[in-house]
Amino acid sequence: MTIAGTSAPQERASHALRLNGISKHYGRHVALDDVSLNIPRGQFVTLLGPSGSGKTSLLMAIAGFMAPTKGQIFLDDRDITDVPPERRNFGMVFQGYALFPNMTVEENVWFPLRVRGVSRGSALERVRASLSMVQLDHLGNRYPSQLSGGQQQRVALARALVFEPSLLLLDEPMSALDRQLRAELQWELRSLHRRLGVTFVNVTHDQEEALSMSDEIVILRGGRIEQAGKPADLYDRPASAFVAGFLGDSNFIRGRTTATREGSFELTVGQATIVQSGSPHAVAGSHSPVLALRPEKLAVSRARPNLTNALEGTIVDAKYQGSAYSVQVRSPDLGLLTARLAPNPAEPKPEVNASVWIGWGADDAVIVREN
Amino acid sequence: MSDTALSRSERSRYLVLALPAILMMGVFFAIPLLQVLWLSVSEPRLGFENYQEIATNPLIARIWMTTLRVCLITTVISVVFGYVVAYAMTVVGPRQRMGMILCILATFSFSVLVRAFAFVVLLRTEGLLNEALLAVGLIHQPLRLLRNEVGVVIGMAHYGLPVAILALYSNLRGINAKLMDAARGLGASGFQAFRLVYLPLSVPGILAASVLVFVYSLGFFIIPALLGGGRVVMIAEYIRVGFEETLRWGYATMLATTLVAVVLILLAVMSRFVDLRKAFG
Repeated sequence: MTIAGTSAPQERASHALRLNGISKHYGRHVALDDVSLNIPRGQFVTLLGPSGSGKTSLLMAIAGFMAPTKGQIFLDDRDITDVPPERRNFGMVFQGYALFPNMTVEENVWFPLRVRGVSRGSALERVRASLSMVQLDHLGNRYPSQLSGGQQQRVALARALVFEPSLLLLDEPMSALDRQLRAELQWELRSLHRRLGVTFVNVTHDQEEALSMSDEIVILRGGRIEQAGKPADLYDRPASAFVAGFLGDSNFIRGRTTATREGSFELTVGQATIVQSGSPHAVAGSHSPVLALRPEKLAVSRARPNLTNALEGTIVDAKYQGSAYSVQVRSPDLGLLTARLAPNPAEPKPEVNASVWIGWGADDAVIVREN
Repeated sequence: MSDTALSRSERSRYLVLALPAILMMGVFFAIPLLQVLWLSVSEPRLGFENYQEIATNPLIARIWMTTLRVCLITTVISVVFGYVVAYAMTVVGPRQRMGMILCILATFSFSVLVRAFAFVVLLRTEGLLNEALLAVGLIHQPLRLLRNEVGVVIGMAHYGLPVAILALYSNLRGINAKLMDAARGLGASGFQAFRLVYLPLSVPGILAASVLVFVYSLGFFIIPALLGGGRVVMIAEYIRVGFEETLRWGYATMLATTLVAVVLILLAVMSRFVDLRKAFG
């Protein structure tokens, strides 16, 4: 292991992380169940999942705070499963930031260098540089309690990056911030990641944050990886109803396959017949496929739309959301569906109890695995 | 608290509610204290002749030195051992913690005589401790643990320890355990994390516990009398002798006044370094 204070610039190159069959059992409770994952160097990877999905356990295993019951962790090709956290050389931003209240901002940022034997004087330049990287160079003499939440977050980032760590781990870094600040810091984190080229591993339960920041998202559920991939791939091609519902919103359509043709098939739901492209057997082992339809793919209009699937329905409720309306439509066969409509001057504003047509193309829905 | 928006009438209404407590303190605490003060300047004659003895009587200085030395050692021992126990209390499970608190509180219910004689049985030359150490071969001659300062300190630390534990625990449990993880994650060894993060954050607790134990131990006289075997005379015991045996009330109240003064000076000095209100909860 190199000592950060003496590391040459080329050693700043990022590192890859490989998890091999990580399991964690607490008595009979299984927190992580055979998780294998490759994180290529320089990636921004987000572990996403609801609470209890194992995302924090996985991060703690990577950080070294939790010893896995089974499995190995490799940094590049070195097995670090048994290396204690202080010798992994990973930067970490904790939930709630965990700044040291007895130290000033500068002393907090100095801390990782200090414990590596770098004196205050010789660390000063790097501490200042790290603070100016997060635009806090003017607040070095303040104590954490004198800073706002956003400023504390930046100090935590500066502290986690000042020693040029092999990997940056972020544990719900934005959860304590308000919406506007969160959006601002998302841009900053992305640009930091681009500039430094360090591998980032971020944990969150906020799907919007995951979609907007990551190169790759790993969706966890019940201690297992449900699906992993690029944000757009996961959004457009969710593998399961869980992913379709967790990453963005989805309408689910469940029915019986009644006819199969070349490249498409028919699904009967109540009295309605729906045409969907693809094969009903696209998802292994499911005889009655589930269709996931994004609200923005669902058209709502007064006149019958010129789309493969068109059904009549009634508007139950409509929410105005600034850039769009969120509209609930009840169809006699499909039940309650949600559509997102950009305000359209040609169409009147959606009104409750109005009779409308809903429609979508044969390619617009995705066949997913039932949970 | 300084700028709460209480109107004048509200303020006086709350003052009325506090009145019984103020009266109690006045009648049972302030008046007797003033009486002590008065006796010290009026017995046997009006004037400061009792106080002149501080300068002229070397016995007072010697007794004070013994008192401060014994109390200081007691405090250090109580706080160091108390720190270990209090830290353990913050990391064990809730059931174990409840058990530990019960054990600590139970010690307050043992009468001072029971404790003192129990220590006599344990510490005397043919006592349990000496016999055991001799049997194991760690020592070849019995240790002198009684009728000297060692015995007094052991007995007093037994009183100081639970006080120190409770004072420290209330401080230590307020320290965010995540900070230690953060320190480790940033590359600190366990010892570095403790020295640079945990210990500085527990300083208010250490100071509070030290003041509490020190002030508490200044007033001991039965333990020094029984375990010191009359050889270790501390200020409280000397005051008792003045009241009950030599019947020099003016002299004894003068000594009592100096004791109160020492405690007040100690608290004043301490308040410069630490927010006492916060330290004592």
